[in-house]
Amino acid sequence: MRYLDEYRDPVAARRLADAIAVAATRPWTIMEVCGGQTHAIVRHGIDELLPDAVELVHGPGCPVCVTSLETIDRAHAIASRPGVILCSFGDMLRVPGSRGDLLAARAAGADVRVVYGPLDAVEIAAKNPDAQVVFFAVGFETTAPANATAIWLARRRGLSNFSALVSHVLVPPAIRAILGDPRNRVQAFLGPGHVCAIVGVTQYELIAAEHRVPIVIAGFEPLDLLDGILLAVRQLEAGRAEVENAYARVVAREGNRRAVAILDEVFEVADRTWRGVGPIPASGYRLRPEFHEHDAERLFEVETITTAESSLCRAGEILQGRLRPTDCPAFGRECTPRTPLGATMVSAEGACAAYWACGRRSEPAHDAEEVRA
Amino acid sequence: MSGTEARVEPAAACPVPARGYDRIVLGHGAGGGLSADLLRDVFLPAFGNPTLRALEDQASLAIDGARIAVTTDAFVVKPLFFPGGDIGRLAVNGTVNDLAVGGAEPLVITAAFVLEEGLPVADLVRIAGSMGAACAEAGVDLVAGDTKVVDRGRGDGVYVTTTGVGRVPVGRRLSIAGACPGDRVLVSGTLGDHGIAILSVREGIDFETPLRSDTAPLHRLTAAVLAAGGDAVHAMRDPTRGGAASTLHELAEASGVGVVVDETAVPLRSEVRGACELLGLDPLHVANEGKVIAVVDRAATDAVLAAMRADPLGRDAAVIGEVVADHPAVVTVRSALGGERLLPTIPGEQLPRIC
Repeated sequence: MRYLDEYRDPVAARRLADAIAVAATRPWTIMEVCGGQTHAIVRHGIDELLPDAVELVHGPGCPVCVTSLETIDRAHAIASRPGVILCSFGDMLRVPGSRGDLLAARAAGADVRVVYGPLDAVEIAAKNPDAQVVFFAVGFETTAPANATAIWLARRRGLSNFSALVSHVLVPPAIRAILGDPRNRVQAFLGPGHVCAIVGVTQYELIAAEHRVPIVIAGFEPLDLLDGILLAVRQLEAGRAEVENAYARVVAREGNRRAVAILDEVFEVADRTWRGVGPIPASGYRLRPEFHEHDAERLFEVETITTAESSLCRAGEILQGRLRPTDCPAFGRECTPRTPLGATMVSAEGACAAYWACGRRSEPAHDAEEVRA
Repeated sequence: MSGTEARVEPAAACPVPARGYDRIVLGHGAGGGLSADLLRDVFLPAFGNPTLRALEDQASLAIDGARIAVTTDAFVVKPLFFPGGDIGRLAVNGTVNDLAVGGAEPLVITAAFVLEEGLPVADLVRIAGSMGAACAEAGVDLVAGDTKVVDRGRGDGVYVTTTGVGRVPVGRRLSIAGACPGDRVLVSGTLGDHGIAILSVREGIDFETPLRSDTAPLHRLTAAVLAAGGDAVHAMRDPTRGGAASTLHELAEASGVGVVVDETAVPLRSEVRGACELLGLDPLHVANEGKVIAVVDRAATDAVLAAMRADPLGRDAAVIGEVVADHPAVVTVRSALGGERLLPTIPGEQLPRIC
C-alpha cells in the first residue's frame, strides 16, 4: 500500500536501528508523547530493535486515558436522561466510570451512539429535533478543530438541540508538568506529529529552550519513529536541545492556520484535570461564551458527582512515564481490556492496552490463564 | 472428543474476576471474549453435555451407526441487503459452512423467520428467493420452517435462524481440538471482506471499487481440501464473527497449542487493509463469511494449498502461520519488522450485527 509500506520497510528499519546503536554511547531515556506512537512502537516491536542504552517511556498522549473521571461520570449522567442522545467516539464507551461504562448505560436504556466524526453528531441532531444531542468532545489539538467545526456549524444552522461536552486537553502543558516534576527522568521527547500538524512547533521551541530538552517531532510509522529516536539520541549525545522536525511530510512549522483559526473562534484555554495526573493549569479547551448555548456542561445540571477511582490502578504514574504498564500490580490480573480498571487499559492508544495487545507480560506463567478467560 | 472436554475445563475455573455486565451489551454478540463469557457462565452450566462442551461449530451425533452433524445459527445483520449478498444468502451459507468445516456433507436445512410488522413483502420475496438460490448452489433442500411476526418497532425487518443437518463420512475426524505442533495454518483467501463491506455501506465509506461480502458456500472447497489432505487435515473453521483471531484462539485453547501468525503472509485486499488502517481495526478481527481456516500436517501443506487454489473460492489461499508447542493457548503475530505481539480476541463490540 503506497505511503504506508515505504515507512515499514524492514531493511531500512534495521539500518536506522543500527545507526541508533552507533550513536548511543550512554543510557538515554526518551518519551514518546503520543498514544498513537506508543501503540506503533509496541505493535511493531520497535523498542526491541533498540540498543539497551535507549529506553522508551510512554507519555500522556492518549485522550481517552486522561479524560477525567468526573467528566466520564458526567457523560454517564447526561446519557442516562430521557430524551438525550449521547454521541461519542467508540473508545470512550468502554472507559470505566464510577458507575460503569457507557456501554452499560446503553444496555440500561440510554441512547448512546458511536460516531466516526463529530459532523455525524450534528446530522443526528438535525434529524432528531425532539432529542437533545450531546457530543462527547474529547481529544488533543488533533481532534479539536473538527470538533470545533461541528459546534460552529451547529450554531450556524441554529441547531439548539446540539451541544458538546467538551473535555479537550493540550499537549504542551502536560510536557511542562512532566518536566517540572522532581521525579522526572525523561531526557528527550518524541513530539506529537499530528498535534503539531495543527498547531505548529513554536510552543515546543519554547519548551526545548526553557528546559534544555531535545524535542523531535515524529510520525507514527516505524521508520518515522526510528528516525525520530536517532535524531533525539544525536542531540543528547551532542548536548543540544532543539526542536527538530522528523515528520516534515505532514508538519509545517507554523501548523495549519485555518485549523488554528477555528480553534480560536470556538474555544478558549482553561484549566483541566487529567485523569491519573491531576489538575494542570491552562491545559485544555472550553467553549467560548458565544457558544454557551451549545455547552452541555452548562445545559445539563448534573447532581453532585462523587467519583470513585480504582485503588489498584496506577495509570497516573504510567501516563507520566514513571512506571511501565507491567510494573502495575493489577496489570494482566485484575485489569485486562475486558475488565479495565483504568482508561489506559481501554483506549487503543493507552499504554496498558498497547502492552496487553502486544503480549507484554510481567509474569509468563500468568499468560495462559488470561488468554483463556 | 472426550479430550476436548477436559481441555475446556480450565476456562471455567479461570481465577480472573470478570467485572462483567449485569445486562447484555452488544459486545456479547461480537464473537470475542464476552461471547465466550456467556457460553461459560450461562449456557454451558444450563445445557452442559459432552457434545456441547466440545464447542465445535456443529454437533456430531452417532445415530444408528451413521454420524449426523447438526448446527444452528441466527442472523440479525444490518442492513438486510449489502454488496455481495443479503441476510437470506448469509443464513444459508453460514449454516452450510458450519457443517462443511466439520467435514460433513450438508443435506437439508430449516429456517425460522421473525418478521417485523410493516416489512415490505417485496423484501421478503427477495430474501426468500436469495435463500432458494443459495440452497441450490449448496445442494441442500430447505425442508421445514416457521414464521412469526412481531410489532412494528420490536424487530428490525427480518431475523432469520437456520438449522442444518449433514452426514459425516465414516472415519472422518475433524476437531477444533485436533491441531498439533508443527501443523501449518492455511486460509482460503483474503480476510475481512465481509466485515468491511458491511461497514462501508453502514458508515458510508466509499472505495474506488465497491467491496463485496465474501459470503459463499464452502462445502466444495472443504471437500477438495479433505480430498487432497485426508487425515492430514486436522481442523477446519470458518472465521466469521470475531474474525480469524477468534478462530485461532479457539483452536489454540481447545488443542492446547500455540499459534504464530506471520502478519506479512495474511492475504488482504488493499481496500480492506486501507479501511482497517483508517479505522484502527485489526483485519484479523474482522468477520468473513466465505473463508475457511484449515490446520494441516506440515507434510500435506503444499497439496492442500494447491487444492484450495484450484477452487474458485480459494484462489488467494495462503499459509499464514504455524502451530507451536510453546505458549499453549496463546496466539501471536510476527510483524514485518520481526517483532512478535500477542493477538488478542475482540475485547468487546467492534461492529455489532455483522451477521
